[in-house]
Amino acid sequence: MSDALSFRFRMPLGSFMLNTVGEIPISGVTALFGRSGCGKTSLLRCIAGLEQAGEAYLSLAGECWHDSNKGFYLPPHKRTIGYVFQEGMLFPHLKVRDNLLFGYKRTPDNQRSGSLNQVVKLLDISPLLERFPAQLSGGEKQRVAIGRALLNHPRLLLMDEPMAALDRGHKKEILPYLERLHRESNVPIIYVSHDLDEVARIADHLLLIEQGEVMAAGPLSDMLARIDLPIARNEEAGALFDTHIIQHDENFHLTRLKFSGGELTVGWIDLPVGNQVRIRIHAKDVSLALEPPGPTSILNILPATVTEMEAHGRGRMIVKLDLGGVPLLARITQKSQANLDLKPGMQIYAQIKSVALSL
Amino acid sequence: MMGPDDLAALWVTLRLALVSTLLLLLMGIPLAWWLARSTSRFRTLIETLIALPLVLPPTVLGFYLLIALSPSGFIGGFWQAIGGNGLAFTFSGLVIGSVLYSMPFVVQPLQNAFAAIDRRTLEAAATLRASPLDCFFSVVLPLSRPGLITATTLGFAHTLGEFGVVLMIGGNIPGETQVLSIAIYDHVESLAYGQAHLLSAGLLLFSFLILFLVYRMNGTHLLRKESR
Repeated sequence: MSDALSFRFRMPLGSFMLNTVGEIPISGVTALFGRSGCGKTSLLRCIAGLEQAGEAYLSLAGECWHDSNKGFYLPPHKRTIGYVFQEGMLFPHLKVRDNLLFGYKRTPDNQRSGSLNQVVKLLDISPLLERFPAQLSGGEKQRVAIGRALLNHPRLLLMDEPMAALDRGHKKEILPYLERLHRESNVPIIYVSHDLDEVARIADHLLLIEQGEVMAAGPLSDMLARIDLPIARNEEAGALFDTHIIQHDENFHLTRLKFSGGELTVGWIDLPVGNQVRIRIHAKDVSLALEPPGPTSILNILPATVTEMEAHGRGRMIVKLDLGGVPLLARITQKSQANLDLKPGMQIYAQIKSVALSL
Repeated sequence: MMGPDDLAALWVTLRLALVSTLLLLLMGIPLAWWLARSTSRFRTLIETLIALPLVLPPTVLGFYLLIALSPSGFIGGFWQAIGGNGLAFTFSGLVIGSVLYSMPFVVQPLQNAFAAIDRRTLEAAATLRASPLDCFFSVVLPLSRPGLITATTLGFAHTLGEFGVVLMIGGNIPGETQVLSIAIYDHVESLAYGQAHLLSAGLLLFSFLILFLVYRMNGTHLLRKESR
């Protein structure tokens, strides 16, 4: 595969080894997901060239950036990347405008594509241009850092948990911009995160990192629907659905969505009928019943087939269901499983308590 | 009033301080950068050597320099071999002595300023196409401005006030190696208190003024104020 980022890194990392081999598609957003200290940031730093692994191979679309066998290492300033750090790392002695233009000024004319104005507009930072970094909030700093990386005209944008240092309110402030960036720019992004909800909102592709190794990789929706991976144990585990709006109910302030396996009623979505909406149904919000339940407050009850089950210890388990070809996850207790005598192949009813909008 | 010898001493002093400060910065900046970033095991050794003039009596440094600078000495011999005219009791010898003597006053503030820069700020510059040298001039030096000002001033002021080393290796040749501090000593020896007062008060006022200006500049510097 030539239009991918291929990598192989091996180096000691505290108590274990970073020992990663893999490929990352050069399009859309790829998340490097794993718990804190699993080596995902080290992998990102190796890709940027900020860290030199003893044994290393890295190439972007066939162009070699690092090959320890041949003694070749391209330093970071020659790699045409953008890097966004957790805390922004703006240059404190430069105004926002000069921070933004730092990489831009060093980019050869024929490589420049976007302009300062476009980026300023994309990230809504025009009121900040004449300020110094010390006069910005955490969220503003991060937007400027993203703009600075974009204006470096990168072939690859690397982001190291760009929202980890922000509180919940400021995260909400940044997420829409990341989603906008995803839609409006075609720079491939590699995004490090340990927050599954964040990843589910912006990623297309996911590499699961555990103890310094790439444990699994694939398209986001496939990865989120697998129950054999540690992702399924995450509090926020849940399947993705690509749906479109078929109807609005103004009386009850509800919207009706259709997907290949059925229809769902959700809270009002402020988009016209026909629009695509990606939603996520958390496994913890799905409960199971053998018979169609009687009168209930739950709006979405869909017939489904049990396909797989996996116990997770501490009395909990995750059940994978099939909704007319689309996977749905449900988290139940092992006692419930025993009570209902659930087995793969059984017909049951999935009751969906709530639905999260994704993109 | 100041005699011709006093004026000559003033001129030698200023020239010595300027030349020494320039050389100190040229050598001290790369040295301090290396000390701030290196993990080499020679680092502690170099740091110790540079700090020695802080604790040694100037006469000790002066004594060894005198031996090294003499025609049969390590540095003086080399100097003559390449066609120089001898270093002991010359202005060039004084510059060598001053540079060694004032080195800790220049290197230490610079090293502290460089060490205070977050490694990730430099990494950010590297990911934005800045080569290490570019990064040094466009990020490291501007961020170290207060340290640079302090180092320059201390280097300059310390050379101005030097006495022991100069006396040992430069002697007291008017117009060549006689600096203000030695001229003052001469006046006191010959009981010419009026002239000693004039030079002493002048040096006192001058030193006070430059230190005051530097502290004010550093105190009101934008970076300092904003990092609070």
